[in-house]
Amino acid sequence: MNRLGMVGLRLLQILPTLVLIGVVAFVLVRLLPGDPVSNMLGDHATDATIARLQAQMGLDQPIWVQFLLFVRHAVQGDFGDSIAYHVPVARLIAERLPVTITLAALATLIAIGLAVPLAFISAVNADRWPDYLIRAVFQVGLSSPIFYVGLLLLTVFAAALRWFPVGGYGEGIGDHLYHLFLPAVALALSFSAVIMRSLRASILAVLTAEFVDFARSKGLSQRIILLRHVLRNALISTVTLIGLHMGSLLGGAVITESVFAVPGVGRLMVESIFARDYTVIQALTMALAVVVSLTFLATDLVQMWLDPRAAK
Amino acid sequence: MSDTLLQVRDLAVTFETRRGRVQAVSGVDLSVRAGEIVGLVGESGSGKSVTLRALTRLLHANARISGQVIWRGEDVLALPENRLRAIRGREIAMIFQEPMTALNPVLSIGRQIDENLVAHGSLDQAGRRRRALELLDMVGIASAAQRLENFPHEFSGGQRQRAMIAIALAAEPRLLLADEPTTALDVTIQDQILKLLMNLSTGLGMAMVLVTHDLGVVAQSCDRVCVMYAGRVVERGSVEQVFGRPRHAYTDALLRTMPGFGPSSHTEGAARARLVPIEGQPPRLDRPILGCAFAPRCTHASAQCEVRPEMVDDGSGHEAACFAADALVAV
Repeated sequence: MNRLGMVGLRLLQILPTLVLIGVVAFVLVRLLPGDPVSNMLGDHATDATIARLQAQMGLDQPIWVQFLLFVRHAVQGDFGDSIAYHVPVARLIAERLPVTITLAALATLIAIGLAVPLAFISAVNADRWPDYLIRAVFQVGLSSPIFYVGLLLLTVFAAALRWFPVGGYGEGIGDHLYHLFLPAVALALSFSAVIMRSLRASILAVLTAEFVDFARSKGLSQRIILLRHVLRNALISTVTLIGLHMGSLLGGAVITESVFAVPGVGRLMVESIFARDYTVIQALTMALAVVVSLTFLATDLVQMWLDPRAAK
Repeated sequence: MSDTLLQVRDLAVTFETRRGRVQAVSGVDLSVRAGEIVGLVGESGSGKSVTLRALTRLLHANARISGQVIWRGEDVLALPENRLRAIRGREIAMIFQEPMTALNPVLSIGRQIDENLVAHGSLDQAGRRRRALELLDMVGIASAAQRLENFPHEFSGGQRQRAMIAIALAAEPRLLLADEPTTALDVTIQDQILKLLMNLSTGLGMAMVLVTHDLGVVAQSCDRVCVMYAGRVVERGSVEQVFGRPRHAYTDALLRTMPGFGPSSHTEGAARARLVPIEGQPPRLDRPILGCAFAPRCTHASAQCEVRPEMVDDGSGHEAACFAADALVAV
């Protein structure tokens, strides 16, 4: 079908994006003041030691030579070793990236699960007390800093009630999800506030659409009208928002990962930037670009499924 | 009358708006007999669409409806929600002016027919599909089997209106409320859709209330007609009575705005009677109207029009609320 061709095309389009991001990441890390060698050796290293180690790592070469070397290895799937961890970058990312993806996906699910029913209650009772209450609570959720919400959740549900672990990642899928639940909730609160507001507004707009009156004139039940006719139309614009926000969760879960000691790529990225770990930063940037592109592709597919007009 | 399906008594609709209360419809009486087509005509804002939507309580929360809408012995306005839902679509169905906005853009036509059959019948899936095919066939949509899978945007304007009719008629209603069903269509298509509705009404023995501002549509299709002005029915009778010998100054003026319609065209035998526009604007409905609402624009107005005239039957079932009724007919 046509849709398959579209998916293929979009996957191909990721390649030039990847090349561009690779170049930018490569140049940008080298524009940062400082370098990995002086970072590693500390303040007492002599210039001679630093120069020797730089030569050993190929960092004394002109930048374009370094880049060609990087490209030659990268196309063979070799992104080099981490300067700080002394392990292959690919292995490091393969360990850490699934953690962050799971965290982001779990947060998105929780956010949707909270936002969709409450947006409905809010919209159906527009400008009456349930609406005011829900909007007020979400306003608080939206304006609370994530680190504060995180600490609060830790204090109450991990430290005091001991329902959840205080940090870490655990072993096995079930344990992973259990460990990631609190950080996902912390991420989901402000996310769900964003979804709730957008969805509430679209539901209100859709409720006045004439096809809703037509559906009512057919004698359909309120439940079918809301779930089949209203929700599906209202979700069309909100899905885009969810996709965009999910993309930013993947790269931006740094604070949450730090508060909950989750070994994800957010923390890895920040640590690598401080250590000037060029190889990790480059590869991780590109890996995140792929994941975010795939997220957007998935968003578009959901959108096409919801709205046949978009499928063309 | 024993075959009366719908009897509307003293229907009134007010809207609470930010700028105050708007009296959109007042004192509307209306009856529809089995199988007949009743036209509801008037300018925009005359309350004809609001009246239509009030019949099955489709108006939104800011509307207050009063009066009685007796449907086969039950007052629709007093029914509980579940009973109302059983009447909507199953006994009284409705079609709208603009099928592009009245059809759900994200559901296939087949789905939109099917949900009606699910709500009002006991057919199994195969039976519902057979019925859906039959319905598309009935409204003149070719290659029905493929069209069931199509979405509204994949149909042309006329086809979309046909599809909406198919959806509305799925549960074999006894009464179809049609809100300007031909207005959004090309002129050539308008005629096809109108003929289709008339044929369906006759073929299925289905009554119809047809809201339109197009007198030509009424003349072509309706048995009886109600003329509305400023939220009230001002004249009522058979199409021949109302269009041939109007007894309300507004109807008379309205007919003179239409080519080939003016009452004088019969007497003068001239195909092109002079067209006379109605001067002025309809009154605002957010303040009480004393006397005849049409008086400020009326060439027949006199001092007595400061008191609102009652509907008077001339003895033949032709009613009008106009002090100039006899004078108009005498001309």
